[in-house]
Amino acid sequence: MTRRDALRIAMPWLVIAVLLVVWELACIFFDLPEILLPRPTRVFVVFCQRFDILLAFCWDTLWTSLMGFLLAIAGGMLLGLAIGASAFVYSGLYPLLIAFNAVPKVALVPILMIWVGVGALPAVITAFVISFFPIVVNVATGLATIEPEMRDVLRSLGASRTQILLKVGIPRAMPYLFASLKVAITLAFIGSVISETVGGNRGIGFLMLSAGARNDTATTFAGLFAIAIMGVMMYAACALVEKRMTRWAFRGEIVG
Amino acid sequence: MAFVELRGASLTYALGRDTTLALADATLSIEKGEFVAVVGPSGCGKSTIMKLVTGLMPATAGEVEVAGNKVRTPIKGVGMAFQNPTLMPWRTTLDNVLLPMEVVQPHRGRFRRHRAEYVDRAMKLLGTVGLADFALKFPWQLSGGMQQRSNLCRALIHEPELLMLDEPFGALDAFTREEMWGVMQALWLERRFTGVLVTHDLREAVYLADTVYVMCRRPGRIVMTRRIDLPRPRTLATTFQPHFVELVRELRDRIQQEHD
Repeated sequence: MTRRDALRIAMPWLVIAVLLVVWELACIFFDLPEILLPRPTRVFVVFCQRFDILLAFCWDTLWTSLMGFLLAIAGGMLLGLAIGASAFVYSGLYPLLIAFNAVPKVALVPILMIWVGVGALPAVITAFVISFFPIVVNVATGLATIEPEMRDVLRSLGASRTQILLKVGIPRAMPYLFASLKVAITLAFIGSVISETVGGNRGIGFLMLSAGARNDTATTFAGLFAIAIMGVMMYAACALVEKRMTRWAFRGEIVG
Repeated sequence: MAFVELRGASLTYALGRDTTLALADATLSIEKGEFVAVVGPSGCGKSTIMKLVTGLMPATAGEVEVAGNKVRTPIKGVGMAFQNPTLMPWRTTLDNVLLPMEVVQPHRGRFRRHRAEYVDRAMKLLGTVGLADFALKFPWQLSGGMQQRSNLCRALIHEPELLMLDEPFGALDAFTREEMWGVMQALWLERRFTGVLVTHDLREAVYLADTVYVMCRRPGRIVMTRRIDLPRPRTLATTFQPHFVELVRELRDRIQQEHD
């Protein structure tokens, strides 16, 4: 490994470190009260002190996000395949999907609470509806952009529509699916936290809201960091799965 | 009776109110085991003939028959190769070649149980085009010529009676292309399938075909049919013989006439 490579790998950590130092210095220099903006070192102390509570609340958020995310993968793939494979389904459902995606999901939470009550379920559903859209769009795009000649090769062999879907459509849509998962997992977190913040009795969003109500800004910030760390970890997991599953789509990196 | 028959076949594309006559009143017949070439400038309806014969598109007028049956929908078990190799990047070369076996009956039903036997068959075929050592490589790890050779193997693995080639060597450099003519001819001499080659390379047509059809555009139609009586196997040396050059010239002159 050359020094340049080492520096490239260290870059994200360096940038974070610089940001935190600037933040710390700014707090000291402008003499900001902790209730307005706590210093990073103070957030770190609180983070360590309350690690048990944070972990428990993170766990709630993590599993509601993951449940919503898994549902979104299943539903998104099914709908994406239907929309990508059939022009009829496409023209019927696509405008509706766009309209639905434009609705701010925060507005749905109160309705969900009327329907299913307070607790984990509204968070799961919100995570699902918010992370569902990119998966549908990407899978449908993967299917719709199959080279017509590739389809002709199979048609001339006498392949049925289902066979074409299985042999070309689905493998071809896989890189698109995995690319969308990286986006979808972070959206799922946003969905869960929104639901917990608007009206929940659990999860990191609820923790932040109640800490904010007590003017405990440091804890709120500790919660923010916890969400960010979970988001990055899940993103990395998705990226890893993506590379493993669709090696052929990253051919440039392997050959070059 | 001929294996492939076109009787007054026409195809009109309709796009909204615009209609384009892509192919007008084409009549030709191809014997079983014959290798024909269809030549002409771009947009003269060469590829349309392919689509009609394979049933990928139905004729808007006239009749298309293959092996005595009227063609309206895609006919089964045809081998096809296009200018773009259209190999699937997620499959190895071997798995790409085996694809027709997973689709065409009766192989489809026995593929899983007799996989070894089919792999054997595919490896033999890959061997005849000099790709035995590349079977487990992915298509994007192969050169353009190698990809096109794998493409031919995929088109031939299920031993189709009819092989349709749509400018299969068009994207290759001149030397690789001439090498591919030899590969193609060797495969044909061995298996004697009925071949239809669409190309705009007149030397390629004369090298490979028994009969050359010349087409012209607006509307696309067949303006000349020429038997090629050169002995086989033809070699690169053949292409420099006076008779070969004369044939190419005759075809070229006929196409030029349309432009004068």
